[in-house]
Amino acid sequence: MHIVVCLKHVLDPEITPRNFEINPVTYRPNVSDSDMVLDSFAENALELAIQLRDKTPGATVTALCLGNEDSEEILRRALAFTANAAVRVWEEEWEDLDGQAVGHILARTIKKLGGAELVLTGYQASDIEEGLVGPIMAEELEIPCVTLVSELELDGDRVKASCEAEGGYSVVSVPSPAVCTIISAESNVPRLLKVKDIRLARSKPITVLESEDLDLDSERSQPGARLVKAYVQNTEVNCEVLPGNDGDELAGKLADKLVALKIL
Amino acid sequence: MANILVFAHQQGDFLTPGGKEALAFGSRVASSIGGEVRAVLLGTTSEQSAKEAIACGASIAYNVQNPLLAEYNVELYVNCLYDVFQQTNADMMVVSFDRMGKDLVGRLAARLHVSAITEVVDFKTNDEKLTWIRPIYGEKAFGEYETTRLKAVVGIRQKSQDITEFTENHIGEIIPFEYTVSKEEIVTKLVVKIQAALSDIRLEDARIIVSGGRGLGGPEGFSELQTLANLLGGTVGASRAACDAGWVPSNLQVGQTGAVVAPDLYIAVGISGASQHLAGITSAKTVVAINTDAEAPIFKRANIGLVADYMTVIPALTEKLKKVLV
Ligand SMILES: Cc1cc2nc3c(=O)[nH]c(=O)nc-3n(C[C@H](O)[C@H](O)[C@H](O)COP(=O)(O)OP(=O)(O)OC[C@H]3O[C@@H](n4cnc5c(N)ncnc54)[C@H](O)[C@@H]3O)c2cc1C
Ligand SMILES: Nc1ncnc2c1ncn2[C@@H]1O[C@H](COP(=O)(O)O)[C@@H](O)[C@H]1O
Repeated sequence: MHIVVCLKHVLDPEITPRNFEINPVTYRPNVSDSDMVLDSFAENALELAIQLRDKTPGATVTALCLGNEDSEEILRRALAFTANAAVRVWEEEWEDLDGQAVGHILARTIKKLGGAELVLTGYQASDIEEGLVGPIMAEELEIPCVTLVSELELDGDRVKASCEAEGGYSVVSVPSPAVCTIISAESNVPRLLKVKDIRLARSKPITVLESEDLDLDSERSQPGARLVKAYVQNTEVNCEVLPGNDGDELAGKLADKLVALKIL
Repeated sequence: MANILVFAHQQGDFLTPGGKEALAFGSRVASSIGGEVRAVLLGTTSEQSAKEAIACGASIAYNVQNPLLAEYNVELYVNCLYDVFQQTNADMMVVSFDRMGKDLVGRLAARLHVSAITEVVDFKTNDEKLTWIRPIYGEKAFGEYETTRLKAVVGIRQKSQDITEFTENHIGEIIPFEYTVSKEEIVTKLVVKIQAALSDIRLEDARIIVSGGRGLGGPEGFSELQTLANLLGGTVGASRAACDAGWVPSNLQVGQTGAVVAPDLYIAVGISGASQHLAGITSAKTVVAINTDAEAPIFKRANIGLVADYMTVIPALTEKLKKVLV
């Protein structure tokens, strides 16, 4: 049982708006290395992958990232989660890819790695939030895809997944191999890493692959959409801060205000 | 003239909100670049929703009638929409990026060998060239994108379109679309569907929402908010931090990955106002923030602000309003 989990290196989504700028020339955010983190839903996927592996005799987890050298940081993190292997694919000219191209390249990388019974991704990366990589990989690999999955269970040669549904949730069953895109849930809260595992992860190998190692389709490795402009939009509202000395006074003012504005 | 195919999803005899948003968006694109909107409806219904699609701007409604399509199944829907796209020689397909859209957009685009673009809220035209506008970086910025292929599947962000205006007297034609579906195509098998316990008012429909965050310090604070919400005929919401802490169930989460709400009044209590939270309340009419930190970003979105400890304000507010309202 080979589980591949796809990890993206993204701008920290919790960066305070005050420190967030878009470069007016490159249209990319001005970031320092310390602002980059492992995408949060991908981290939930990683946690789930490790849990599944530990329950399944003989299973292995490969962490896979399409990214430049800086993104090895998140692969080290995956190794500290005790992933069995880490693979990074990269070419200089892949700077401006979108989810379609990334999905194609990752799918071909997985083929190159000998395939996988289960491929996990986050459901939407917290930077651009395309929500495309999982479904595109499934289409490329011609296997099923279950999106918005919170829990997974291996059931012989099938995969049982609980996923968000309109007004509740569904449990679905698909044959393996399959792609699942993961959302956060109580059961996949990322573990606290052990110092020992972090240390061991430092010396583990990371396999680096390039386009010539993969059997890429030249058209499909081109992005389907290109960013032509980006800007921060000022959505600040003028807030009327009510004056008052204590909660009681403030509550009174707020009550009067809501009534006067005919909101209540 | 561009042929814009819209997936007009229906449930029962009515279009879903996502279906209507996709139609509203498709119609705007059509009138801007000179195109025609054609809706595709899947399932087994009367012609009611096809008529609704026409009222929403479609000049043709392709009705694919098949009992197997009555229940959503990703493989059947992808196969069928693929077929309709090809056979009607569409230039673009517009789909709501709702629960279903998240399954469909990527798969359809990959199979059709066309561009995919998701979470679109708006567009611009420049010499008939379209650029798609969507939020990026957790709603901290907007990006404008060009699609690189001739055709595209466009996923529309939920709750981003105005669906109020449509005209009953718009004319169009309902065309039955022949499509043979086989059970064999189903790969994803539904085991069980579980309806969440319905709270009295759905967040999405609530007129008044009192929301709590990490600042409440624990689940107890939420019962104070519940009392206030009950008095106002509203409902309780929460930030992701409060849901993740297990203080309230996750279906109360408001924001980018939770409910997108549009109440008349949104009271944010002990919520800092992260961009991902604000993404859920862009359509709220009046926002009141109660927070001990005058520098919290929520005050940049709120219309009325109280810099105070919620514990001193909320019970007093409930008492005051009881007198005024009851
Ligand atoms: C991909 C992604 C998606 C996300 N989606 C969502 C989403 O859908 N919804 C969402 O909410 N978040 C979402 N988040 C999380 C978001 O970034 C914030 O972490 C979260 O909203 C913070 O919640 P909070 O405001 O309750 O907590 P905090 O940011 O910790 O804020 C608590 C606030 O309470 C105030 N406070 C403390 N004590 C008191 C008191 N006694 N009285 C009054 N005020 C007090 C503090 O001053 C502070 O401002 C997402 C994050 C990521 C990465
Ligand atoms: N460059 C990448 N390398 C590895 N995985 C990725 C990459 N981009 C996206 N993913 C995966 O796909 C998920 C969804 O991303 P997206 O489709 O970009 O919203 C992420 O949470 C990751 O699991």
